[in-house]
Amino acid sequence: MQPMRTHRGQVIPLDLANVDTDQIIPKQFLKRIERTGYGPFLFNDWRFDGDGNPKPNFVMNREPFKHGSILLAGKNFGCGSSREHAPWALMDAGILVVIAPSFADIFHSNSAINGLLTVVLPQAKMDELFAKVAASPKYELTVNVETLTVSDDSGWSAKFPLDAFRQHCLLNGLDQIGITEKKEQFIKDYEARPAEY
Amino acid sequence: MTTPSAPKTLFDKLWDAHVVWHEEPQPALLYIDLHLIHEVTTPQAFEGLRLAGRKVRRTDLTFGTVDHNVPTTKAERFNILDPIAAQQMTSLRQNCAEFGIHLADVGEAEQGIVHVIGPELGLTLPGKTIVCGDSHTSTHGAFGALAIGIGTSEVEHVLATQTLQQKRPKSMLVNVLGALPEGVTAKDLALGIIHQIGTDGGTGHAIEYRGPAISALSMDGRMTLCNLSIESGARSGMVAPDETTFAYIKGRKYAPKGEQWDRAVAYWRTLPSDPGAHFDRVVDFDASALQPWVTWGTSPGMSAPVTGSAPRPEDGKNEIEKLSITRALEYMDIAPGQPLTALSVDRVFIGSCTNGRLEDLRNAARVIRGHHVNPHVQMLVVPGSEAVKKLAESEGLDRIFLDAGAEWREPGCSMCLGMNPDILSPGQRCAATSNRNFEGRQGRGGRTHLVSPAMAAAAAVAGHFTDVRNWDYKE
Repeated sequence: MQPMRTHRGQVIPLDLANVDTDQIIPKQFLKRIERTGYGPFLFNDWRFDGDGNPKPNFVMNREPFKHGSILLAGKNFGCGSSREHAPWALMDAGILVVIAPSFADIFHSNSAINGLLTVVLPQAKMDELFAKVAASPKYELTVNVETLTVSDDSGWSAKFPLDAFRQHCLLNGLDQIGITEKKEQFIKDYEARPAEY
Repeated sequence: MTTPSAPKTLFDKLWDAHVVWHEEPQPALLYIDLHLIHEVTTPQAFEGLRLAGRKVRRTDLTFGTVDHNVPTTKAERFNILDPIAAQQMTSLRQNCAEFGIHLADVGEAEQGIVHVIGPELGLTLPGKTIVCGDSHTSTHGAFGALAIGIGTSEVEHVLATQTLQQKRPKSMLVNVLGALPEGVTAKDLALGIIHQIGTDGGTGHAIEYRGPAISALSMDGRMTLCNLSIESGARSGMVAPDETTFAYIKGRKYAPKGEQWDRAVAYWRTLPSDPGAHFDRVVDFDASALQPWVTWGTSPGMSAPVTGSAPRPEDGKNEIEKLSITRALEYMDIAPGQPLTALSVDRVFIGSCTNGRLEDLRNAARVIRGHHVNPHVQMLVVPGSEAVKKLAESEGLDRIFLDAGAEWREPGCSMCLGMNPDILSPGQRCAATSNRNFEGRQGRGGRTHLVSPAMAAAAAVAGHFTDVRNWDYKE
C-alpha cells in the first residue's frame, strides 16, 4: 500500500449513520476479479438512477463536493458485508480518508490493509465539522498521520486515536503478508506442536 | 487480560490456544484451523499470490465451494447467463485446481452455502479458529469455535501464511434469561438482541450467548443466532459446546472418528467458560417476553414485534435517528405508525446461511402444510445445501411446498443478496428469512423484511405479515 504522512483535501459531508457496504459498493459490482476499477460504482444506487444518470441531490454529484477526498459520515460506517470492494471503491474514487464517530470492525481492518485512513472523532467534533462544511462548502482539512491530528486553516483541530501498529504501517506503506512472513519460524513452531486430540 | 491461573472464558481459551506470536503494540498472529473460500471474495487474493510467487500454505485446511453467484434453477445452474458471474466461478475452479484446494462444485453432494456445508460436513468443530471472506462466518461460532469474517486481503494472508493478524477483541456475554415462548424462534431471538443492543452494540467484541434458552436451542437454531452476530457489529458470536453439539457432529464426514473422537470430545468439554470468568461487558436479555419479530426498516436493528407498528420520525432519540427513520420509512413505503400486519408482501424467500437449514425448512413446511400460497405472492424455498435439499426431500418437505404453490429450488445464496438471478423488482416487498434488509440488498428498489421461516411461510399464505402464534396448523 501507499504510505501516507499527511493528506490535505476537500471534505464531502455524508450525514448518515450505518452506511453499509452494500450502499458503498452494491453487489452487482462484486463479480469482477480485479482490485481496481470500482470507483465509478461507488455509492452507485445513491449516485445514479436506474438509467445511470447522476442524481443531482446526492452529495458526491454536487459542486464542490465531487472533488473531495475526505468523507465525513455518521456512526457505524461500513457495517454489513465483509467486501473489501468497499475500501477499494472509495480509494479508486479518490477518497483517502473517512472521518466518522465509529466504524464497523471488518471495514476498519480492510481499510487499514489498503491504506484508507479511518479517523474516529467524537460526535461533538463531527457536529462541528458538519457545521463548518455547511457554512463553507469548499472546506478543506489536513490529516496528519504522524501527529494524529485533523486540522483546518482557521485553527480548528482535533486529535484522533490510531493503533500504533496501524500508524506505523500507514506511515511506511507496509505490506501485511511481508510482515507475517518474517515470523515464519513462529508459525513453524506452532505447527509442530502436538494436536489437542 | 487474564493471568494463567485466572478463570477463562470460552473466547479466552480459543484465543490463547491459537496465538502464534504476539508483542504489543502489534496485533497477535493467530493460527487458522479452517479456511473456507467461495467465488466472490477470493479472485483478487489468488491473483495477489500469483503476483508475489506465493503458494497456499495449508491446502489441507482450506475448503472451497460456490454459493453466492450460483443460479438456483436447474436450467440455469450449469448454463449461467451472466458472463461476469460465470467468469468468477470459473476463476475459483482454476484457482483451486492450480493451488491444490478441494472444491465442492455445483452439482456435487458437498456443495452449498459455505456456512451451511462447513458444519454439516463436520469441518466446523469446537475449539477451531475458522475464517472465511464473508461476514456471516460468525455462524460457525455456534459450535464453540472462534469464527471470524475477513476481507479479501486477509484471505490472501491466510492462504499464504495460515495465520491472521488480529487485535484481541473485548469479550461480551449475552445472558439470555427465561425460555423462548411457543412460536418464537432463534431468528426472533437474534433480531430481538440486535434491537436491544443496536447494530453497533457488538462492535469490537466477541459475543458468547448463554442461558437456558440457548442450551435448549438445536444446532440449527444456534447457527441462526451466531450468524446474526455480525448484524450487531460483532465479528464473532459463540455458544459453548455441549451434548447437543457433540450429537450433531458425531458421524459427520470430516469429523474425528473412533478413539480420536473420544479424545476430541474430552478436549471440547474443557472449552466452556470457567465459573467466574470475566467478561468486558455483560448484557441480560429476557427471552420469555419475546414475540415473533419483523424488521420494518433498512437496517437489521429497525425492527418490532409483529403485533407492533412502524415508528414515527418523532420517536427518534436525536436528529440523526429521526432522519434515519424518515429515510427508511420512505424507502420501505411505510406510513409512520403503520401496523406491521397491515403490510402486504409480493415475495417470500426462505433460505440463506441464516435460515436455510433443515429445521428452518421444517418450521416453514409445518406452517404451510395444507394451505396455499396467496395468489399475489411468489414464494421461493431454497435449501442451504445439496445435503439439506436431499434430507428435506426424503421427508417430503419439497412436496409440501410445491403443493402449496411455492417454488422448490437448488441450493445457493439465492435471494439473500441478489448476486444471482433471484432478485426483487423495484418496489416489491419481500418477507425474507435472510440477514440484511439494507436498501437494494435483494435488488435495486426492493423492500426486505427479515423474519423467521415460520413467519415468512405464514406471510406467504396470508399475503401480509401475520402473527404465527395464532396459526391454523393443518397437521
